[in-house]
Amino acid sequence: MNIDWFTLIAQIINFILLMWLLKRFLYKPILAAIDKRETNIKNQLLDATSQKKEATKAQDEFNQKNESFDKQKAELMQKAVSEAKVESEKLKETARNEANVLKEKLEKAFTEDQASKNNNIAKRIGDEVLNITRKTLTDLSSASLEEQTLKVLLIKLDTLNEEDKIKFAEALKEGSKPIVVQSAFELSTDQQAAIQKSVNAVLNTEATYEFVIRQELINGIEILTNGFKLSWSIYDYLESFQNEVDTGKKVEIETKSK
Amino acid sequence: MELSPDETIFWQNGFITINLTLVTTWVLMFVLVMASFLVTRKLRTDLKISRWQCILEMLVTGMNQQIKEVGLKNSEKFLSFIGTLFIFIAFANLCIIFPGYEPPTSSLSTTAALAICVFLATPLFGIAESGVLGYLKTYIEPTFIMLPFNIISEVSRTLALAVRLFGNIMSGGLIVSILLSIAPLFFPVLMTVLGLITGIIQAYIFSILATVYIAAATEESDRKNVKKKKMNKQPEILTEAKLVAK
Repeated sequence: MNIDWFTLIAQIINFILLMWLLKRFLYKPILAAIDKRETNIKNQLLDATSQKKEATKAQDEFNQKNESFDKQKAELMQKAVSEAKVESEKLKETARNEANVLKEKLEKAFTEDQASKNNNIAKRIGDEVLNITRKTLTDLSSASLEEQTLKVLLIKLDTLNEEDKIKFAEALKEGSKPIVVQSAFELSTDQQAAIQKSVNAVLNTEATYEFVIRQELINGIEILTNGFKLSWSIYDYLESFQNEVDTGKKVEIETKSK
Repeated sequence: MELSPDETIFWQNGFITINLTLVTTWVLMFVLVMASFLVTRKLRTDLKISRWQCILEMLVTGMNQQIKEVGLKNSEKFLSFIGTLFIFIAFANLCIIFPGYEPPTSSLSTTAALAICVFLATPLFGIAESGVLGYLKTYIEPTFIMLPFNIISEVSRTLALAVRLFGNIMSGGLIVSILLSIAPLFFPVLMTVLGLITGIIQAYIFSILATVYIAAATEESDRKNVKKKKMNKQPEILTEAKLVAK
Protein backbone atom coordinates (compact mmCIF):
# COMPACT_ATOMS: atom_id res chain seq x y z
CA MET A 1 0.00 0.00 0.00
CA ASN A 2 3.02 2.22 -0.48
CA ILE A 3 3.11 5.03 -2.95
CA ASP A 4 5.59 4.57 -5.73
CA TRP A 5 6.71 8.12 -6.40
CA PHE A 6 7.95 7.44 -9.92
CA THR A 7 4.59 5.87 -10.74
CA LEU A 8 2.82 8.81 -9.15
CA ILE A 9 4.76 11.34 -11.22
CA ALA A 10 4.39 9.20 -14.33
CA GLN A 11 0.65 8.90 -13.74
CA ILE A 12 0.37 12.66 -13.35
CA ILE A 13 2.16 13.07 -16.67
CA ASN A 14 0.08 10.29 -18.19
CA PHE A 15 -3.09 11.97 -17.01
CA ILE A 16 -2.06 15.34 -18.42
CA LEU A 17 -1.10 13.65 -21.69
CA LEU A 18 -4.37 11.75 -21.82
CA MET A 19 -6.24 14.96 -21.07
CA TRP A 20 -4.52 16.69 -23.97
CA LEU A 21 -5.01 13.76 -26.33
CA LEU A 22 -8.67 13.40 -25.47
CA LYS A 23 -9.16 17.10 -25.83
CA ARG A 24 -7.51 16.86 -29.25
CA PHE A 25 -9.30 13.73 -30.46
CA LEU A 26 -12.51 13.59 -28.50
CA TYR A 27 -13.93 16.71 -26.86
CA LYS A 28 -13.02 19.28 -29.46
CA PRO A 29 -14.23 17.35 -32.53
CA ILE A 30 -17.36 16.13 -30.77
CA LEU A 31 -18.26 19.56 -29.41
CA ALA A 32 -17.45 21.14 -32.76
CA ALA A 33 -19.65 18.61 -34.51
CA ILE A 34 -22.46 19.23 -32.03
CA ASP A 35 -22.09 22.98 -32.42
CA LYS A 36 -22.07 22.67 -36.17
CA ARG A 37 -25.14 20.48 -36.08
CA GLU A 38 -26.86 22.91 -33.76
CA THR A 39 -25.96 25.74 -36.10
CA ASN A 40 -27.25 23.73 -39.03
CA ILE A 41 -30.46 22.94 -37.22
CA LYS A 42 -30.78 26.57 -36.18
CA ASN A 43 -30.24 27.66 -39.78
CA GLN A 44 -32.65 25.04 -41.00
CA LEU A 45 -35.18 26.22 -38.45
CA LEU A 46 -34.62 29.81 -39.53
CA ASP A 47 -34.95 28.73 -43.14
CA ALA A 48 -38.06 26.80 -42.26
CA THR A 49 -39.44 29.82 -40.41
CA SER A 50 -38.69 32.13 -43.30
CA GLN A 51 -40.08 29.56 -45.73
CA LYS A 52 -43.12 29.22 -43.54
CA LYS A 53 -43.51 32.98 -43.53
CA GLU A 54 -43.10 33.05 -47.28
CA ALA A 55 -45.52 30.17 -47.61
CA THR A 56 -48.00 31.96 -45.37
CA LYS A 57 -47.54 35.11 -47.40
CA ALA A 58 -47.93 33.16 -50.62
CA GLN A 59 -50.97 31.45 -49.21
CA ASP A 60 -52.46 34.78 -48.21
CA GLU A 61 -51.76 36.14 -51.66
CA PHE A 62 -53.23 33.02 -53.17
CA ASN A 63 -56.30 33.32 -50.96
CA GLN A 64 -56.70 36.96 -51.89
CA LYS A 65 -56.29 36.14 -55.55
CA ASN A 66 -58.70 33.28 -55.16
CA GLU A 67 -61.23 35.54 -53.53
CA SER A 68 -60.85 38.14 -56.25
CA PHE A 69 -61.09 35.39 -58.87
CA ASP A 70 -64.22 34.07 -57.22
CA LYS A 71 -65.67 37.55 -57.10
CA GLN A 72 -64.74 38.16 -60.72
CA LYS A 73 -66.09 34.78 -61.65
CA ALA A 74 -69.36 35.49 -59.89
CA GLU A 75 -69.63 38.88 -61.58
CA LEU A 76 -68.82 37.40 -64.99
CA MET A 77 -71.25 34.59 -64.33
CA GLN A 78 -73.97 37.04 -63.37
CA LYS A 79 -73.20 39.16 -66.39
CA ALA A 80 -73.19 36.10 -68.64
CA VAL A 81 -76.47 34.92 -67.15
CA SER A 82 -78.12 38.31 -67.64
CA GLU A 83 -76.71 38.55 -71.16
CA ALA A 84 -77.86 35.05 -71.90
CA LYS A 85 -81.29 35.93 -70.53
CA VAL A 86 -81.49 39.02 -72.72
CA GLU A 87 -80.19 37.08 -75.70
CA SER A 88 -82.62 34.28 -74.97
CA GLU A 89 -85.50 36.76 -74.78
CA LYS A 90 -84.33 38.30 -78.04
CA LEU A 91 -84.08 34.91 -79.71
CA LYS A 92 -87.45 33.90 -78.34
CA GLU A 93 -88.96 37.11 -79.63
CA THR A 94 -87.36 36.60 -83.03
CA ALA A 95 -88.48 33.00 -83.10
CA ARG A 96 -91.95 34.05 -82.01
CA ASN A 97 -92.08 36.69 -84.74
CA GLU A 98 -90.78 34.26 -87.31
CA ALA A 99 -93.25 31.68 -86.11
CA ASN A 100 -96.05 34.23 -86.34
CA VAL A 101 -94.98 35.23 -89.83
CA LEU A 102 -94.74 31.60 -90.81
CA LYS A 103 -98.07 30.89 -89.19
CA GLU A 104 -99.63 33.80 -90.98
CA LYS A 105 -98.10 32.62 -94.23
CA LEU A 106 -99.30 29.12 -93.60
CA GLU A 107 -102.73 30.31 -92.61
CA LYS A 108 -102.87 32.54 -95.65
CA ALA A 109 -101.69 29.72 -97.86
CA PHE A 110 -104.11 27.38 -96.19
CA THR A 111 -106.93 29.90 -96.52
CA GLU A 112 -106.07 30.53 -100.12
CA ASP A 113 -105.81 26.87 -100.78
CA GLN A 114 -109.06 26.28 -98.97
CA ALA A 115 -110.70 29.17 -100.82
CA SER A 116 -109.41 27.87 -104.08
CA LYS A 117 -110.64 24.41 -103.25
CA ASN A 118 -113.97 25.77 -102.09
CA ASN A 119 -114.24 27.88 -105.21
CA ASN A 120 -113.45 24.92 -107.32
CA ILE A 121 -115.97 22.83 -105.45
CA ALA A 122 -118.60 25.59 -105.59
CA LYS A 123 -117.89 26.16 -109.25
CA ARG A 124 -118.06 22.49 -109.88
CA ILE A 125 -121.26 22.16 -107.86
CA GLY A 126 -122.71 25.19 -109.60
CA ASP A 127 -121.64 23.82 -112.95
CA GLU A 128 -123.06 20.46 -112.10
CA VAL A 129 -126.32 22.03 -110.90
CA LEU A 130 -126.51 24.15 -114.00
CA ASN A 131 -125.74 21.23 -116.22
CA ILE A 132 -128.39 19.18 -114.48
CA THR A 133 -130.83 22.10 -114.68
CA ARG A 134 -129.94 22.74 -118.29
CA LYS A 135 -130.35 19.12 -119.13
CA THR A 136 -133.59 18.90 -117.25
CA LEU A 137 -135.02 22.03 -118.85
CA THR A 138 -133.77 20.98 -122.25
CA ASP A 139 -135.45 17.64 -121.76
CA LEU A 140 -138.61 19.38 -120.61
CA SER A 141 -138.71 22.02 -123.37
CA SER A 142 -141.61 21.61 -125.73
CA ALA A 143 -143.71 23.62 -128.28
CA SER A 144 -146.01 24.93 -125.67
CA LEU A 145 -143.10 26.09 -123.56
CA GLU A 146 -141.49 27.81 -126.56
CA GLU A 147 -144.74 29.54 -127.32
CA GLN A 148 -145.09 30.58 -123.74
CA THR A 149 -141.54 31.90 -123.80
CA LEU A 150 -142.26 33.95 -126.88
CA LYS A 151 -145.46 35.21 -125.29
CA VAL A 152 -143.54 36.32 -122.20
CA LEU A 153 -141.00 38.13 -124.36
CA LEU A 154 -143.70 39.85 -126.34
CA ILE A 155 -145.47 40.95 -123.16
CA LYS A 156 -142.13 42.23 -121.85
CA LEU A 157 -141.66 44.11 -125.11
CA ASP A 158 -145.09 45.59 -124.93
CA THR A 159 -144.74 46.65 -121.36
CA LEU A 160 -141.32 48.23 -121.95
CA ASN A 161 -141.11 51.64 -120.26
CA GLU A 162 -140.46 54.79 -122.16
CA GLU A 163 -136.90 55.14 -121.10
CA ASP A 164 -136.01 51.67 -122.35
CA LYS A 165 -137.94 52.24 -125.50
CA ILE A 166 -135.84 55.39 -126.17
CA LYS A 167 -132.64 53.49 -125.40
CA PHE A 168 -133.72 50.69 -127.71
CA ALA A 169 -134.50 53.14 -130.49
CA GLU A 170 -131.23 55.04 -130.06
CA ALA A 171 -129.27 51.82 -130.10
CA LEU A 172 -130.93 50.84 -133.32
CA LYS A 173 -130.26 54.23 -134.86
CA GLU A 174 -126.54 54.26 -133.88
CA GLY A 175 -125.84 50.87 -135.38
CA SER A 176 -126.89 50.27 -138.89
CA LYS A 177 -126.90 46.53 -138.30
CA PRO A 178 -130.03 44.43 -138.25
CA ILE A 179 -131.74 43.50 -134.98
CA VAL A 180 -130.47 40.03 -133.95
CA VAL A 181 -133.04 37.67 -132.53
CA GLN A 182 -131.36 34.70 -130.82
CA SER A 183 -133.39 31.75 -129.68
CA ALA A 184 -132.76 28.29 -128.38
CA PHE A 185 -135.31 26.84 -130.71
CA GLU A 186 -136.20 27.53 -134.30
CA LEU A 187 -138.87 30.20 -134.61
CA SER A 188 -141.70 29.64 -137.00
CA THR A 189 -142.56 32.28 -139.60
CA ASP A 190 -145.56 33.41 -137.55
CA GLN A 191 -143.50 33.71 -134.48
CA GLN A 192 -140.85 35.70 -136.40
CA ALA A 193 -143.60 37.93 -137.78
CA ALA A 194 -145.08 38.45 -134.31
CA ILE A 195 -141.68 39.52 -132.99
CA GLN A 196 -141.11 41.87 -135.98
CA LYS A 197 -144.57 43.35 -135.52
CA SER A 198 -144.11 43.99 -131.78
CA VAL A 199 -140.60 45.46 -132.19
CA ASN A 200 -141.69 47.67 -135.03
CA ALA A 201 -144.60 48.83 -132.90
CA VAL A 202 -142.28 49.72 -130.04
CA LEU A 203 -139.76 51.46 -132.28
CA ASN A 204 -142.20 52.88 -134.75
CA THR A 205 -139.96 51.85 -137.61
CA GLU A 206 -139.42 49.05 -140.08
CA ALA A 207 -136.18 47.33 -139.05
CA THR A 208 -134.31 44.42 -140.57
CA TYR A 209 -134.01 41.23 -138.54
CA GLU A 210 -131.56 38.34 -138.27
CA PHE A 211 -132.77 35.19 -136.59
CA VAL A 212 -130.05 32.97 -134.95
CA ILE A 213 -130.42 29.68 -133.07
CA ARG A 214 -128.34 29.29 -129.83
CA GLN A 215 -128.84 26.10 -127.89
CA GLU A 216 -127.18 27.36 -124.72
CA LEU A 217 -129.99 29.92 -124.18
CA ILE A 218 -132.11 27.07 -122.88
CA ASN A 219 -135.54 27.78 -124.14
CA GLY A 220 -134.85 31.51 -124.25
CA ILE A 221 -135.15 34.34 -126.74
CA GLU A 222 -132.97 37.46 -127.01
CA ILE A 223 -133.39 40.64 -128.99
CA LEU A 224 -130.04 42.34 -129.42
CA THR A 225 -129.09 45.56 -131.08
CA ASN A 226 -125.91 47.57 -130.64
CA GLY A 227 -125.57 47.19 -126.86
CA PHE A 228 -129.24 46.98 -125.98
CA LYS A 229 -130.60 43.62 -125.06
CA LEU A 230 -134.06 42.45 -124.29
CA SER A 231 -134.37 38.82 -123.44
CA TRP A 232 -135.99 36.13 -121.48
CA SER A 233 -134.37 32.78 -120.90
CA ILE A 234 -133.80 30.27 -118.20
CA TYR A 235 -130.09 30.70 -118.96
CA ASP A 236 -130.27 34.25 -117.58
CA TYR A 237 -131.80 33.04 -114.39
CA LEU A 238 -129.15 30.35 -114.05
CA GLU A 239 -126.40 32.80 -114.82
CA SER A 240 -127.64 35.24 -112.18
CA PHE A 241 -128.00 32.31 -109.79
CA GLN A 242 -124.41 31.25 -110.47
CA ASN A 243 -123.24 34.80 -109.93
CA GLU A 244 -125.08 34.95 -106.65
CA VAL A 245 -123.71 31.58 -105.62
CA ASP A 246 -120.15 32.63 -106.43
CA THR A 247 -120.50 35.96 -104.68
CA GLY A 248 -122.10 34.35 -101.64
CA LYS A 249 -119.32 31.72 -101.28
CA LYS A 250 -116.58 34.24 -101.63
CA VAL A 251 -118.12 36.35 -98.93
CA GLU A 252 -118.57 33.29 -96.72
CA ILE A 253 -114.90 32.23 -97.17
CA GLU A 254 -113.61 35.73 -96.41
CA THR A 255 -115.69 35.82 -93.26
CA LYS A 256 -114.33 32.44 -92.19
CA SER A 257 -110.70 33.44 -92.84
CA LYS A 258 -111.20 36.57 -90.79
CA MET B 1 -0.87 -11.66 -2.38
CA GLU B 2 -0.19 -8.44 -4.26
CA LEU B 3 -2.37 -5.59 -3.10
CA SER B 4 -1.36 -3.14 -5.81
CA PRO B 5 -0.32 -3.50 -9.45
CA ASP B 6 2.65 -1.29 -8.55
CA GLU B 7 4.22 -4.36 -7.08
CA THR B 8 4.31 -6.12 -10.45
CA ILE B 9 7.47 -4.65 -11.91
CA PHE B 10 8.49 -5.29 -15.51
CA TRP B 11 11.60 -3.20 -15.68
CA GLN B 12 13.53 -1.15 -13.16
CA ASN B 13 16.49 1.13 -13.40
CA GLY B 14 17.10 2.99 -10.22
CA PHE B 15 14.25 5.36 -9.60
CA ILE B 16 12.60 4.54 -12.90
CA THR B 17 10.26 1.63 -12.53
CA ILE B 18 8.01 0.27 -15.27
CA ASN B 19 5.32 -1.60 -13.38
CA LEU B 20 1.89 -3.05 -14.24
CA THR B 21 0.14 0.19 -13.24
CA LEU B 22 2.00 2.19 -15.84
CA VAL B 23 1.74 -0.42 -18.57
CA THR B 24 -1.99 -0.83 -17.98
CA THR B 25 -2.44 2.93 -17.95
CA TRP B 26 -0.62 3.25 -21.27
CA VAL B 27 -2.71 0.51 -22.80
CA LEU B 28 -5.88 2.16 -21.55
CA MET B 29 -4.68 5.52 -22.81
CA PHE B 30 -3.86 4.03 -26.21
CA VAL B 31 -7.25 2.35 -26.47
CA LEU B 32 -9.11 5.49 -25.42
CA VAL B 33 -7.18 7.77 -27.75
CA MET B 34 -7.35 5.33 -30.68
CA ALA B 35 -11.07 4.79 -30.18
CA SER B 36 -11.62 8.54 -30.00
CA PHE B 37 -9.48 9.08 -33.07
CA LEU B 38 -11.22 6.36 -35.07
CA VAL B 39 -14.66 7.61 -34.19
CA THR B 40 -14.01 11.32 -34.52
CA ARG B 41 -12.08 11.24 -37.79
CA LYS B 42 -15.34 10.73 -39.69
CA LEU B 43 -17.74 12.85 -37.75
CA ARG B 44 -20.98 13.76 -39.39
CA THR B 45 -22.74 17.00 -38.72
CA ASP B 46 -26.09 16.15 -40.23
CA LEU B 47 -28.91 14.41 -38.43
CA LYS B 48 -27.86 10.88 -39.38
CA ILE B 49 -24.81 9.81 -37.34
CA SER B 50 -23.01 6.56 -36.58
CA ARG B 51 -23.66 4.58 -33.39
CA TRP B 52 -20.19 5.23 -32.05
CA GLN B 53 -20.47 8.92 -32.69
CA CYS B 54 -23.83 8.88 -30.97
CA ILE B 55 -22.30 7.12 -27.92
CA LEU B 56 -19.43 9.58 -27.73
CA GLU B 57 -21.76 12.55 -28.19
CA MET B 58 -23.99 11.24 -25.43
CA LEU B 59 -20.95 10.79 -23.17
CA VAL B 60 -19.52 14.22 -23.85
CA THR B 61 -22.82 16.09 -23.65
CA GLY B 62 -23.77 14.11 -20.54
CA MET B 63 -20.54 15.07 -18.79
CA ASN B 64 -20.94 18.64 -19.94
CA GLN B 65 -24.45 18.70 -18.56
CA GLN B 66 -23.31 17.27 -15.23
CA ILE B 67 -20.61 19.93 -14.90
CA LYS B 68 -23.21 22.60 -15.62
CA GLU B 69 -25.61 21.15 -13.08
CA VAL B 70 -22.95 21.29 -10.38
CA GLY B 71 -22.60 25.01 -10.97
CA LEU B 72 -19.83 25.59 -13.45
CA LYS B 73 -21.40 27.77 -16.05
CA ASN B 74 -18.59 27.75 -18.57
CA SER B 75 -18.57 23.96 -18.53
CA GLU B 76 -16.61 23.40 -21.73
CA LYS B 77 -13.54 24.97 -20.14
CA PHE B 78 -13.52 22.25 -17.44
CA LEU B 79 -14.72 19.42 -19.62
CA SER B 80 -11.31 18.15 -20.70
CA PHE B 81 -10.09 17.88 -17.08
CA ILE B 82 -13.20 16.53 -15.39
CA GLY B 83 -14.22 14.48 -18.42
CA THR B 84 -10.80 12.85 -18.66
CA LEU B 85 -10.91 12.02 -14.96
CA PHE B 86 -14.29 10.34 -15.36
CA ILE B 87 -13.48 8.53 -18.61
CA PHE B 88 -10.10 7.27 -17.39
CA ILE B 89 -11.35 6.07 -14.00
CA ALA B 90 -14.56 4.58 -15.41
CA PHE B 91 -12.76 2.83 -18.28
CA ALA B 92 -10.03 1.56 -15.96
CA ASN B 93 -12.65 0.22 -13.55
CA LEU B 94 -14.89 -1.27 -16.24
CA CYS B 95 -12.04 -3.30 -17.67
CA ILE B 96 -12.14 -5.58 -14.63
CA ILE B 97 -14.37 -7.82 -16.72
CA PHE B 98 -11.23 -8.97 -18.51
CA PRO B 99 -9.69 -11.90 -16.61
CA GLY B 100 -6.29 -11.19 -15.09
CA TYR B 101 -6.78 -7.45 -15.47
CA GLU B 102 -5.75 -5.28 -12.57
CA PRO B 103 -7.10 -1.73 -12.71
CA PRO B 104 -4.50 1.05 -12.31
CA THR B 105 -7.02 2.75 -10.00
CA SER B 106 -6.34 0.01 -7.45
CA SER B 107 -2.86 1.52 -7.13
CA LEU B 108 -2.55 4.23 -4.52
CA SER B 109 0.07 5.91 -6.70
CA THR B 110 -2.50 6.37 -9.50
CA THR B 111 -5.31 7.57 -7.25
CA ALA B 112 -2.89 9.87 -5.42
CA ALA B 113 -1.66 11.18 -8.77
CA LEU B 114 -5.24 11.87 -9.83
CA ALA B 115 -6.00 13.48 -6.46
CA ILE B 116 -2.89 15.63 -6.80
CA CYS B 117 -4.09 16.64 -10.23
CA VAL B 118 -7.39 17.75 -8.69
CA PHE B 119 -5.49 19.41 -5.83
CA LEU B 120 -3.43 21.38 -8.33
CA ALA B 121 -6.20 22.03 -10.82
CA THR B 122 -8.56 23.51 -8.23
CA PRO B 123 -6.41 26.57 -7.38
CA LEU B 124 -5.37 26.89 -11.02
CA PHE B 125 -8.97 27.08 -12.22
CA GLY B 126 -9.86 29.28 -9.24
CA ILE B 127 -7.05 31.73 -10.00
CA ALA B 128 -7.88 31.66 -13.70
CA GLU B 129 -11.49 32.53 -12.97
CA SER B 130 -11.25 34.88 -9.95
CA GLY B 131 -7.62 36.00 -9.87
CA VAL B 132 -5.06 35.23 -7.13
CA LEU B 133 -6.70 37.43 -4.54
CA GLY B 134 -10.14 36.25 -5.37
CA TYR B 135 -9.06 32.66 -5.01
CA LEU B 136 -7.12 33.25 -1.78
CA LYS B 137 -10.18 35.04 -0.44
CA THR B 138 -12.05 31.74 -0.53
CA TYR B 139 -9.77 30.47 2.25
CA ILE B 140 -10.99 33.18 4.66
CA GLU B 141 -14.63 32.59 3.89
CA PRO B 142 -16.93 33.03 5.68
CA THR B 143 -14.46 34.44 8.34
CA PHE B 144 -10.71 34.69 8.80
CA ILE B 145 -10.88 32.10 11.57
CA MET B 146 -11.84 29.49 9.00
CA LEU B 147 -8.42 29.78 7.21
CA PRO B 148 -6.71 26.81 8.97
CA PHE B 149 -9.81 24.69 8.61
CA ASN B 150 -10.05 25.55 4.94
CA ILE B 151 -6.39 24.60 4.44
CA ILE B 152 -6.86 21.34 6.35
CA SER B 153 -10.01 20.70 4.34
CA GLU B 154 -8.10 21.28 1.11
CA VAL B 155 -5.45 18.73 2.02
CA SER B 156 -7.73 16.22 3.66
CA ARG B 157 -10.22 16.15 0.82
CA THR B 158 -7.39 15.46 -1.63
CA LEU B 159 -6.25 12.63 0.59
CA ALA B 160 -9.82 11.42 0.90
CA LEU B 161 -10.21 11.45 -2.88
CA ALA B 162 -7.12 9.33 -3.33
CA VAL B 163 -7.86 6.89 -0.55
CA ARG B 164 -11.57 6.53 -1.36
CA LEU B 165 -10.96 5.52 -4.94
CA PHE B 166 -8.00 3.35 -4.08
CA GLY B 167 -9.84 1.64 -1.19
CA ASN B 168 -12.96 0.90 -3.16
CA ILE B 169 -11.27 -0.47 -6.24
CA MET B 170 -8.51 -2.29 -4.39
CA SER B 171 -11.00 -3.88 -1.99
CA GLY B 172 -13.18 -4.91 -4.89
CA GLY B 173 -10.27 -6.64 -6.59
CA LEU B 174 -9.13 -8.17 -3.33
CA ILE B 175 -12.59 -9.59 -2.58
CA VAL B 176 -12.77 -11.14 -6.04
CA SER B 177 -9.32 -12.69 -5.52
CA ILE B 178 -10.31 -14.06 -2.12
CA LEU B 179 -13.61 -15.36 -3.42
CA LEU B 180 -11.88 -17.04 -6.35
CA SER B 181 -9.92 -19.14 -3.90
CA ILE B 182 -12.98 -19.90 -1.74
CA ALA B 183 -15.84 -20.20 -4.20
CA PRO B 184 -14.40 -19.96 -7.69
CA LEU B 185 -17.58 -20.72 -9.65
CA PHE B 186 -20.33 -18.29 -8.82
CA PHE B 187 -19.45 -15.55 -6.36
CA PRO B 188 -16.54 -13.98 -8.28
CA VAL B 189 -18.94 -13.24 -11.16
CA LEU B 190 -21.36 -11.52 -8.82
CA MET B 191 -18.55 -9.60 -7.20
CA THR B 192 -17.23 -8.54 -10.61
CA VAL B 193 -20.69 -7.23 -11.53
CA LEU B 194 -20.75 -5.40 -8.23
CA GLY B 195 -17.24 -4.17 -8.97
CA LEU B 196 -18.48 -2.73 -12.29
CA ILE B 197 -21.17 -0.79 -10.48
CA THR B 198 -18.73 0.32 -7.81
CA GLY B 199 -16.22 1.32 -10.45
CA ILE B 200 -18.72 3.52 -12.30
CA ILE B 201 -19.98 5.02 -9.05
CA GLN B 202 -16.45 5.76 -7.91
CA ALA B 203 -15.60 7.36 -11.23
CA TYR B 204 -18.70 9.48 -10.92
CA ILE B 205 -17.95 10.39 -7.29
CA PHE B 206 -14.32 11.26 -8.05
CA SER B 207 -15.16 13.49 -10.99
CA ILE B 208 -18.20 15.09 -9.37
CA LEU B 209 -16.17 15.90 -6.24
CA ALA B 210 -13.46 17.40 -8.41
CA THR B 211 -16.15 19.49 -10.11
CA VAL B 212 -17.52 20.60 -6.75
CA TYR B 213 -14.08 21.62 -5.56
CA ILE B 214 -13.42 23.58 -8.73
CA ALA B 215 -16.86 25.14 -8.49
CA ALA B 216 -16.11 26.19 -4.91
CA ALA B 217 -12.82 27.69 -6.04
CA THR B 218 -14.47 29.68 -8.83
CA GLU B 219 -17.32 30.74 -6.57
CA GLU B 220 -15.80 34.18 -6.02
CA SER B 221 -15.83 34.91 -9.73
CA ASP B 222 -19.47 33.82 -9.96
CA ARG B 223 -20.35 36.14 -7.10
CA LYS B 224 -18.58 39.01 -8.84
CA ASN B 225 -20.49 38.28 -12.02
CA VAL B 226 -23.79 38.26 -10.16
CA LYS B 227 -22.91 41.56 -8.49
CA LYS B 228 -21.95 43.08 -11.84
CA LYS B 229 -25.22 41.94 -13.32
CA LYS B 230 -27.12 43.43 -10.41
CA MET B 231 -25.25 46.70 -10.80
CA ASN B 232 -26.06 46.74 -14.48
CA LYS B 233 -29.68 45.99 -13.83
CA GLN B 234 -30.12 48.65 -11.10
CA PRO B 235 -30.18 51.74 -13.36
CA GLU B 236 -32.78 50.07 -15.49
CA ILE B 237 -34.95 49.44 -12.43
CA LEU B 238 -34.47 53.02 -11.29
CA THR B 239 -35.43 54.28 -14.69
CA GLU B 240 -38.50 52.10 -14.64
CA ALA B 241 -39.37 53.37 -11.15
CA LYS B 242 -38.96 56.94 -12.35
CA LEU B 243 -41.15 56.24 -15.29
CA VAL B 244 -43.80 54.76 -13.00
CA ALA B 245 -43.54 57.81 -10.70
CA LYS B 246 -43.93 60.09 -13.68
